[in-house]
Amino acid sequence: MEQKLKTDFDKFISTSNFSNQEIKLKKEALDNFLKNGFPSRNLENWKFSDINQIIKKNIGELTFYNDYKIENETNDDIFIKEIEHNKIVIVNGKVQQLNFEYEESDKVNITILDILNQNLNQDNSLLSLNNSFSNKIYNILVKKNYSLKKPLVIYQITNEKVSNTNINFQLNFDLEESSSIKIINFSDDNSEKNFINNLFNFNLDKNAILKNYKIDKKNNTNIKYDYSSIIQKENSISETFIFSSGSDYVKNEVNCNLEGKYSSAFINGIHLLSKNKHHEIRTKTNHLYENTKSYHLIKSVIDDSSKSVYQGKIYVDSNAQKTDGYQLSKAILLNEEAEFNAKPELEIYADDVKCSHGSASGCLDEDSIFYLMSRGLDQKTAKELLINGFLLDVIEKITDEEIKRLIKNMIGLN
Amino acid sequence: MRDKQIEDLKDYKYGFSTDIESFKAPKGLNEEVIRFISNIKKEPDWLLQWRLKAFERLKVLKEPNWQKPKYPKIDYQDLYYYSAPKSFKEKPKNLDDLDPKLLETYKKLGIPLQEQKRLNGIAVDAVFDSVSVATTFKDTLTEKGIIFCSISEAIQKHPDLVRKYLGSVIPITDHFFATLNSAVFTDGSFVYIPPNVKCPMELSTYFRINASDTGQFERTLIIADKGSYVSYLEGCTAPMRDENQLHAANVELIALDDAEIKYSTVQNWYPGDKDGKGGIYNFVTKRGLCKGKNSKISWTQVETGSAITWKYPSCILKGDNSIGEFYSIAITNNHQKADTGTKMIHLGKNTKSKIISKSISAGKSDMTYRGLVDISKNAANSTNFTQCDSLLMGNKCGAHTVPYIKNKNSNSSIAHEATTSKISEDQLHYCQQRGLNQEEAVGLIVNGFCKEVLQQLPMEFAVEAQKLVGISLEGSVG
Repeated sequence: MEQKLKTDFDKFISTSNFSNQEIKLKKEALDNFLKNGFPSRNLENWKFSDINQIIKKNIGELTFYNDYKIENETNDDIFIKEIEHNKIVIVNGKVQQLNFEYEESDKVNITILDILNQNLNQDNSLLSLNNSFSNKIYNILVKKNYSLKKPLVIYQITNEKVSNTNINFQLNFDLEESSSIKIINFSDDNSEKNFINNLFNFNLDKNAILKNYKIDKKNNTNIKYDYSSIIQKENSISETFIFSSGSDYVKNEVNCNLEGKYSSAFINGIHLLSKNKHHEIRTKTNHLYENTKSYHLIKSVIDDSSKSVYQGKIYVDSNAQKTDGYQLSKAILLNEEAEFNAKPELEIYADDVKCSHGSASGCLDEDSIFYLMSRGLDQKTAKELLINGFLLDVIEKITDEEIKRLIKNMIGLN
Repeated sequence: MRDKQIEDLKDYKYGFSTDIESFKAPKGLNEEVIRFISNIKKEPDWLLQWRLKAFERLKVLKEPNWQKPKYPKIDYQDLYYYSAPKSFKEKPKNLDDLDPKLLETYKKLGIPLQEQKRLNGIAVDAVFDSVSVATTFKDTLTEKGIIFCSISEAIQKHPDLVRKYLGSVIPITDHFFATLNSAVFTDGSFVYIPPNVKCPMELSTYFRINASDTGQFERTLIIADKGSYVSYLEGCTAPMRDENQLHAANVELIALDDAEIKYSTVQNWYPGDKDGKGGIYNFVTKRGLCKGKNSKISWTQVETGSAITWKYPSCILKGDNSIGEFYSIAITNNHQKADTGTKMIHLGKNTKSKIISKSISAGKSDMTYRGLVDISKNAANSTNFTQCDSLLMGNKCGAHTVPYIKNKNSNSSIAHEATTSKISEDQLHYCQQRGLNQEEAVGLIVNGFCKEVLQQLPMEFAVEAQKLVGISLEGSVG
């Protein structure tokens, strides 16, 4: 693999026009990845989902070279009709369209970062991989006091032109003071057996609001790793919603740093898995300042021989007095072969805090099914009703009514 | 680093000065030393081979390093692995030689004078010894057919039992410290309860004559045969001193069909001084196997001592309908560190487990609850309930919860909850208003917090443990 990485990297650099400084940093990132390789179960974070093994088993040999010169046609059919929205269309890791038609042009600034994100966690080799192979990184800056009029939908599309390929993608968001944005990240995969590695950076200044909804619904055999880093200043709010269902393997990681007082983070997620899928959500919420708040709710419905994993960590620094942290994960196992693993973690160094977590897993409640059947429902409907109710709990947490309706329709829950 | 610590321990004003001359195996860990230990204890050949096999394994094992409390590197070649029990000459002559602080604690716990002497290895006069409760108890046990002796004695007198069960729960191929213990263990307790016998009293190491000085590598083996019951107490509420810094004991429990074992521990070893110097490293492997149907193993622990406590009393629920329980209170103060919890491994059908963990950290200490609940594919209709609560006092300490939850069976359910909080001002105010001083108020609230676990302890023990909880936290508020 090492030789392949090096030749693909040289090919990638020679066909792109990066500055010398960028090439140097990319090379460093590559070296870091070469040193560590794909994470395996030997690392605590990857204990439940050994991506090294999974890539070997499901994909085999990966190609790291990705030709960003190819222009891809996009089919307008996939665009969401129900709501007007701004869009970013990404096909096979290349940004094809950036369209903020509903916004005032001087309020949203789109630039290309001329330097890589260097503040990344060096221990995470997948971020190094992303840094070394990702194309030019767009930065979207929302100006002070401006709220986007319409949501932004990020379409992440893959088509049949890629297979057995590693696609790396990065996007940056800067929200200035008192600005706000709503994002729907919508995956549409028409490819098979790729390893998709995404990295999103969000910087929230004072009073900024970020609402980020991630939808992965379409069945496909891709392997995905999605890392969101959210850095929050005073009084800012972030809301993350993850619907994870379609791809064969997904690991969503949300790393949230609450650096300013009264900042708060809400992370909600659903795993709806069948066949032989393996999905993981890992949240790490770092309370670094007083009076910060975080809330996590993850629910899984697991059928056939699927596997759902939740790893959540609430870290409370000794400065972060008056922290309020809550974490709840629940799972319903529908099949003998299904598996649920959880590691809800608290690491606390301040005494005046209120932190708790809960985790429960089991099968559907027989009594409830009986109750519904005695009211005339057949068993299948009764089960569906209970599962819908179970999941709606998470969807109801979505604070934007319009998007809530859209998501309900999208995933067929009413 | 370590040398210095040993020096410090020796220099400790009220500690024992260790006079290293006689009755010791040479320093270091090698085959010779293991043969020496085995030889001096007149062990049969199979046990020697067993030890050597463990030693072979030890060569390839590495010390684990995933735990939260880090400790200075231990030089295993610089330790003595065998020393004969001390003669009375080397021991402190009378109570006046001891740390007055210690005596004060004894007084608070209400421990009788003779017992205080015994705890510190002070020669107890023969008159007291011959009429002691211990001797009387021994007769009752023999009558019922219960075997309760040191493991060395058991190896000589009941080799079949020992050979059958030793290492059956903690195999010699286990982790580093367990394997180290298998290779060099010196002594410990052995209990066998015959079928359908209910042990008429709480068994305690304290009642076993010459139980002290079992050394740093203790090995305990408890077997409850079909339909039997035993309650075993380890340690005592009184502070224990020991000159060995590293303690790597192994405890194995085996419960056959319909048997029940209740194992209670109160651990109050020397935690080091106020600045965190010295103190004992308690790295114990405790594991129980519910081998038979309807068997039950219950662990209760009160951990207040040691500089570093690192242990996970576990239950392997192999028999159908078996039950595993874990009740724990862990208190850390000053610079103490604890990483403790349990593992519940459900293998049989209809197995149940319950975990109640209460941890309190004060001063500059650090406390971690780490646990595993694993319900395997075949463990249909199994349930687990876990509750771990942490209480923090001050913002220099840490409290962490790291539970691992694995559910592979759709008919089984797992529920886990954890909270972390501090003592509320309101509660403190209320108690102080009723005339308690701050320390008493904290003691009262903490005891309430721990009540669920304290109730699980045998009667006399519970009363002492309750006092201990208060004493351990002295000076942590205000």
